[in-house]
Amino acid sequence: MADMQDELETLPASGPVLQAKDFKSDQLVRWCPGCGDYAILSVVQKLMPSVGIPKENIVFVSGIGCSSRFPYYMNTYGFHSIHGRAPTVATGVKCARPELQVWVITGDGDGLSIGGNHLIHALRRNVDLKILLFNNKIYGLTKGQYSPTSELGMKTKSSPMGTIDAPLNPIAIALAAEASFVARAADTDLPHLAEVLGRAAKHKGSAFIEIFQNCIVFNDAVWDPVIAKGVRDEKTLKLQHGKPMIFGAKKDKGLRLKGLETEVVTFDPANPPADLLTHNEHATTPTLANVLAQIGDPMPLGVLRSVERPALHELMTGQIDHAKKEKPADLAKLLKGPETWTVA
Amino acid sequence: MSDTTITSKPAALPVEEIESAVIRFAGDSGDGIQLTGSQFTTTTAFAGNDLSTLPDFPAEIRAPVGTIAGVSGFQIQFSSREVLTPGDAPDVLVAMNPAALKANYKDVRTGGILLVNKDTFSQANLVKAGYTQNPLDDGSLSDFRLIQVELSRLTRNALEGLGLSATETERCKNFFALGMTYWLYDRPMDATLKWIEHKFKKNPKYVEANHRALHAGNAYAETAEIFGHHFRVRKAPIKPGLYRNITGNEATALGFITASQLSGLQLWLGSYPITPASDVLHELSKHKNFGVKTFQAEDEIAAIGSAIGASFAGCLALTTTSGPGIALKGEAIGLAVMTELPLVILNVQRGGPSTGLPTKTEQADLLQALYGRNGECPVPVIAAATPGDCYEMAYEACRLAVKYMTPVFLLTDGYLANGSEPWAVPDPSKLQKFEKATPPPAADWKPYKRDPETMARAWVAPGLAGYEHRIGGIEKQDITGTVSYDPENHERMVRLRAAKVNKIAQDIPPTEVLGEKKGKVLVVGWGGTYGAITAAVQNLQKAGKSVSSVHIRHLNPLPPDLGDILAAYEHVLVPELNMGQFLKVLRAKYLVPATGLNKVKGQPFKVSEIEAGIQSLLGDK
Repeated sequence: MADMQDELETLPASGPVLQAKDFKSDQLVRWCPGCGDYAILSVVQKLMPSVGIPKENIVFVSGIGCSSRFPYYMNTYGFHSIHGRAPTVATGVKCARPELQVWVITGDGDGLSIGGNHLIHALRRNVDLKILLFNNKIYGLTKGQYSPTSELGMKTKSSPMGTIDAPLNPIAIALAAEASFVARAADTDLPHLAEVLGRAAKHKGSAFIEIFQNCIVFNDAVWDPVIAKGVRDEKTLKLQHGKPMIFGAKKDKGLRLKGLETEVVTFDPANPPADLLTHNEHATTPTLANVLAQIGDPMPLGVLRSVERPALHELMTGQIDHAKKEKPADLAKLLKGPETWTVA
Repeated sequence: MSDTTITSKPAALPVEEIESAVIRFAGDSGDGIQLTGSQFTTTTAFAGNDLSTLPDFPAEIRAPVGTIAGVSGFQIQFSSREVLTPGDAPDVLVAMNPAALKANYKDVRTGGILLVNKDTFSQANLVKAGYTQNPLDDGSLSDFRLIQVELSRLTRNALEGLGLSATETERCKNFFALGMTYWLYDRPMDATLKWIEHKFKKNPKYVEANHRALHAGNAYAETAEIFGHHFRVRKAPIKPGLYRNITGNEATALGFITASQLSGLQLWLGSYPITPASDVLHELSKHKNFGVKTFQAEDEIAAIGSAIGASFAGCLALTTTSGPGIALKGEAIGLAVMTELPLVILNVQRGGPSTGLPTKTEQADLLQALYGRNGECPVPVIAAATPGDCYEMAYEACRLAVKYMTPVFLLTDGYLANGSEPWAVPDPSKLQKFEKATPPPAADWKPYKRDPETMARAWVAPGLAGYEHRIGGIEKQDITGTVSYDPENHERMVRLRAAKVNKIAQDIPPTEVLGEKKGKVLVVGWGGTYGAITAAVQNLQKAGKSVSSVHIRHLNPLPPDLGDILAAYEHVLVPELNMGQFLKVLRAKYLVPATGLNKVKGQPFKVSEIEAGIQSLLGDK
C-alpha cells in the first residue's frame, strides 16, 4: 500500500538496526499447535524493527485470555494485567509517559465482555494505543464457552442447546466509540495483516484492529466461510483509500449504494460501472465506515476509518503546560492556601 | 491571599467571658448552611480560638424543601483552650425552618439557645416537618431559651430598594443569621465582608445585598436586645506560627503534592467520583501547575488500572475512593501486590455496607483494607487521626509505597474529610525525604531481585534499554519474575510478600502514650476518633482517674512496641465507629482481653460517650 510505504520512509532513524529476532523474548511460546496467535506474533515481531521506536520505549499490555499471553513473548516492556482491564493500565502507561508506544492485546471475551466498558472509553478518549482484538468467537483459556461475538445458536460447553445471546459487532462498537483508526485483518493473510498493523503503528490516537483469529481447539475453522483460500477472493473486500470498492478473483464485482443499503454488482472488469462506492478512510463523519461495518458479504478488510484528532496525552500535557505557564509551581504558597493568620 | 494579624475590638455592651462554645447552623440543604458555617469558622480562626468543625449534610443534593430529609447542618466548637472535637451538645442552634428545628433541637444542651426563623413556621412547613402542632407555642421547647426572629421579613426590609427578586432576597437570610451570631460571640465581621466582596465581585448588587444582610442581622441582635448580653471567647494558647484552616480532604491532597514535589516523581491520580472522597480529586485537579496528572476514569476499576499503569511507567500513582469503590478495586489491588508496584489507595470511609450512608462517617472498612482480597494478599495500612494529620499520613503513604515497592492503604473517613481545624502551615523540609532508587547495572539486575534492607524489588520503568521485562498477575518465579506454577516457589513468594510488608515495622516511630505508662485503663484508638478519645482521657485524667491512651496510625504492620504497652494496663478499651474490627485484630495478635466501645450511627463519638465507656471499666458507674 502506497500510504504505508510513504510513512515508513519518513520514519526517524534511531539506534542500531534491529531485526525480528531482537523482539523475541526468551520465553517458550505456549499456545496450542496450529493456533492463529503464532502467525500474529510473528507478524508483529517482524513489523517492530520498521516502526522506528527504540525497543525500550515499546510496551505491550494485555488482559486475560489466550491472546493476553502475547506480551511474555515480546522482548519489550510488557504487562500482563487482569481480565478486561488492559486498556486502563495502558491508558496510565501512555499518559504518564507519552514517549512510549503502547500496544494492547485483547480478545473477544477480554475486550468486549468483561472489558467492554474500558474499550469504548479508551477509544472515545482517543488514547494513543494500538489495540489488537483477536476475535475467535469463543472463550479458549476457560475451555470453550460462548463469547460476545459467538453466533446466535452456537453450541458450546455453556450453551449445549445453542446460545441465546445476540453477538456484538466489534467494528461497529469501535466506530460508535469514535475510534480514530478502525481496521480489520485476518491471521491467514499475513502481508495484509502486516500492512494494516504498520498503518496502526503510525497512527496518532486510538487504533483499533479486529483480527480474525482461528482457535484450533474450541472453534476451528470459524472464519473459513470468509477467509479460506478457495473463497476469500469472492467473500472479502480489501479496502483501499480513494479506490472503488471492487473485489472477486476476476475483479468483476463491486459495491454500490441502493438507498441506505449496499448491493453487490457484477460487471465486465474492463468496463466497471461509474457508480461504485469509493473508499474514503478520512471522511469527517463515520457514515461510510458505519455502512461498511454492517456488511458481512463481502467482508470488508483493511482500514475502514482513519482520522486525526488530538490524543488524550496531548490534551493532558497541554493543560499541564498551560497551567505551569500561568502559575509557576510554588509549594510554600500552595500550603498556605487562600487565607492564613499569624498567632504571635 | 491574606495574612491577617489578630486585633481585638473593644466591646460596647456587657460581655460574659466563657471558655468555649458550640454552635450549630441547620436549614434546608439549599439554605447555604455549609457556607454560613465556613464563614463562621474563618472568622473564629482569625479571632485566635482553637476550633473543630463537623459538617453534616444529606446525600440528596436538594431533598424536598422543608423536609427532615433535606436538613443540612454545620457544627463548630471554639475555645480559649485546646479543642479536640466539634463538641457534644450545641449551646446555640440556629434553625432556619421547622424541619431543621425538629431534627436538631434534642442535641442542644438544656438551657441552650434555639434561634429560629419564625417566618418559616407556616402550617404547610409544619406539616412537611411532621409537626402536628406549632412547637413555638406548645411549650415543648421549654427546656431551652427560644428566640424567634422574623428572619425572612427582616432580611426583606434590609434589602428593600435593591431591586432583587424574592428568591434572591431569600438567599441572603443566612447572612442575616450569621450577623446575629457574630454579635452574640462578639466577633468582627471584616473577614466575611471581604469574602463577600471577592465572591460576588462580578455582581456588585449581590455584594451590597449580602453586606446589608450581615450588618442588619448584627445590628438587630444588638438593638433588639434579644440575647440580653453577649459572650466572649478569648484567644487560645496556640503555638505561635502561621495558621490556616484545613479540611481532611484538602490536607490529603496537599500531602500527595508535597510527596510528588519532594521526591521529584510525577503525580498520577486515577479516580472516579464518589462521596466523600471526590474533594480529593477536585483539589488535585486544580493543581496541574505542579505537573499533577488527574484522570477521571469510567469506573473505579479503570481508575486503579490507570494508576497501576502509571506506576509501572514510573509515576507516583494514587487512586482515591470510598468503601464501595474499594470493593470494586479488589482484584486490581491484588495485581499491584503481585507486581510489587508502588501505589497509594485512599479510602475515605463512609457508612456501609453497599451504598450505606454516603455522607456519614464510619470506620467499618478496616478489615476490608486488611483482608478484603483473594489469596494471601498483604497490604500496608495507615490511618490519619485528625484533618491536619491527613497531610502527614498522605505523605507517609507515598513514602512507604515507594520505599517498599507496594500498594499502601490510607484510611481517612467522612468526619476527617469534611471536618476542619486550624493547621500550622507545615515546613516540608522537615519531612523525611524519599526518592526512587536507582536500579543496579543491568548485569546485576533481575525484575524480582530484592534489596536486603527493605526486601523491595527495583523499580524499572519502560524507557531503560537493557532492562526490558514483563510483569503480570500470574505467580512470579522468585528473582527472575518469570511465570511460575511451581508449588515450592508459590509458598516462598507468599512468604516473601508478607515478610516485605512486615519489614515496614522498622519505619514506625515509638508509640506515644498519653498519660501514665501503666495503670487501670488504656484506651486504644485509630483514625478519626482521636479527638473524642483524647478529650475524654484528658478530662478523666484531670479528675484523677487512672487512664491513658494511645492512637495507632500504622495499622499494618502494627507498631513493634504495642504488645508491651497493652500488657501494662488492667483493661484495654477500643472505641471504634464499627462493630469491633480493630478490637478483633488486637485480640488475635496480642491475646489481650480488650473491650470494645462501638457506635455505628454515621456520627462521630461524643466525648461523653467515651468517658462513660472508660468509667464503666474503672467501675465508677
